[in-house]
Amino acid sequence: MHDLVVKIIESGPPLLEAMRRLAKHRLALAGGAIIIILCLTALLAPWLAPHDPNRQQLAYRLLPPGEAFLLGTDNLGRCVLSRLIYGARVSLKVGLVVVSITCAVGVALGALAGYRGGLVDELIMRFVDVLLAFPGIVLALVIAGIMGPSLFSVMFAISLIGWTSYARVVRGAVLAVKEREYVEAARSLGAGDARILWQHILPNIMAPVIVMATLGMAHVILASAALSFLGLGMQPPHAEWGSMLSGGRPFMRTAPHLTIFPGLAIMLTVLAFNFLGDGLRDALDPWLKETG
Amino acid sequence: MVKYLLRRFYALLFILLCVSAITFSLMHLVPGDPARVIAEKKYGEEVTAETVELVREEMGLHRPIYLQYFHWLGGALRGDFGTSFRTGRLVGEELRARLPATVELALAAMLVSLLIAIPAGIISAVKQYSLLDNTAMLAAMLGVSLPNFWLGLLLILVFSVQLEWLPVFGRGELKHLVLPALTLGTGMAAVTTRLTRSSILEVLRQDYVRTARAKGLTEMLVTSRHVLKNSFIPVITVIGLQFGALLEGAVVVEVIFAWPGIGRLLYDSIFARDYPVIQGCVFVIAVMYVLVNLLVDISYAWLDPRIRYEVK
Repeated sequence: MHDLVVKIIESGPPLLEAMRRLAKHRLALAGGAIIIILCLTALLAPWLAPHDPNRQQLAYRLLPPGEAFLLGTDNLGRCVLSRLIYGARVSLKVGLVVVSITCAVGVALGALAGYRGGLVDELIMRFVDVLLAFPGIVLALVIAGIMGPSLFSVMFAISLIGWTSYARVVRGAVLAVKEREYVEAARSLGAGDARILWQHILPNIMAPVIVMATLGMAHVILASAALSFLGLGMQPPHAEWGSMLSGGRPFMRTAPHLTIFPGLAIMLTVLAFNFLGDGLRDALDPWLKETG
Repeated sequence: MVKYLLRRFYALLFILLCVSAITFSLMHLVPGDPARVIAEKKYGEEVTAETVELVREEMGLHRPIYLQYFHWLGGALRGDFGTSFRTGRLVGEELRARLPATVELALAAMLVSLLIAIPAGIISAVKQYSLLDNTAMLAAMLGVSLPNFWLGLLLILVFSVQLEWLPVFGRGELKHLVLPALTLGTGMAAVTTRLTRSSILEVLRQDYVRTARAKGLTEMLVTSRHVLKNSFIPVITVIGLQFGALLEGAVVVEVIFAWPGIGRLLYDSIFARDYPVIQGCVFVIAVMYVLVNLLVDISYAWLDPRIRYEVK
């Protein structure tokens, strides 16, 4: 990973060049388009949803996809399409909040460890090692379980471990950059540590962070859906894709659409972020494209 | 090599000590007084102050926290994690009974993933940018993005509900293992396919491969003799590291298929707030995870001498 980060930094393509390469990456464009549609769907949910997502109409329970309800209804007669549309809000919100927190904490601590070195580095990185000794979802599951099922518990539990991968990568990148001539030059001109880090080092290590954050969105959406599926996330009657999938399980024989559509929504979203993340990685470092 | 092993061993001890401290402190994350929570769990919601104090004495919760920790650690090292609130059985016994099921599932999933990933990765690399390569890479990307809990449900829907070929629940026969292993192995196969491909592509660009070709060796010989052998070091590492991911995935898969492993035990204990079992499960899973990572590191250093020299 360290070599990879160094390569991304050293290749250092101008932003325009990278954007040009990204524009040629068909899968990344497809991913970006899906993400834009998802964001618009989430933003315009009250206008796009054909029905109230929480309105129970028992007379229409477990209806298959049809004219009145495009994707059918669930066991309480709620419109599946409307719940999927509102569910997009939850998934994107969790992804954005968790990725922002983990990215900020990881970049700050990783940069501090790499720049300061010595005891600070040792302490931060050993703490990272310890947290990475737990399989992520297991610790998240336990913490969310102990705190009690809620969206906050899920976000807290995933964030608690999520920052470690950013810290590792950023530390490696800072170590590679901090000995460069331009950093030396800034230091000899009297720039302080904070200024060197903020103005000279961080802008030069953002490429791998952007790639990680994009792929991180996919990972967080998947993990939060898994925790909600297990009953630890957002609670009924609110619409959330993982819990919708879980709620449809008892009706798999009679109403398979309750299993198919929420899963499809999760997969499509995760796939879109993975496509975009992969495309960004290729665009920011053409060498990587060669080796996959 | 001995120096490297010693270094890794000391690091392992430190990490295990911290892991045990975090596992122990999970109990103290519970909102409110742990003694009251345990008393309510054991004797019902309406507990008197005396009962709470009795539980505090019984569990040693009146002692300073560091003494509680060392007491717990001593027990954990002997496999004694206390008694389950739910079943009244010793947690150590429960764990011993469930561990084989989780290991069986993880090994079967690994086999599934290798059977898919290694041939797909090799073909993909050797035929780079061909239709086969593009299809395999797209399939791998789909595999990475596929939520395993959804895949599990889809497999149940097709093979158990519609076709009625395979059972949904149970353990003991091969037919019980097929769907859980497929569910768990697919995600890993996707990651391993991508890595096998990139690893082989990297080796294909090396000078010694060019030399082998220049000597007039057939492409088959170049691949089998020079490329594959050198490509598999990072692949082996990832396969080892994926074992940890399998432990993660096992929790979800064991819940879907009611597979009687540690993941299912952990899940049931979380909802029953059975803290000794939660602590036992987390500790055992983390220790397995750390030990597998250590074995991977050692095998990596053994396979690739450059690692050992770098460490020195």
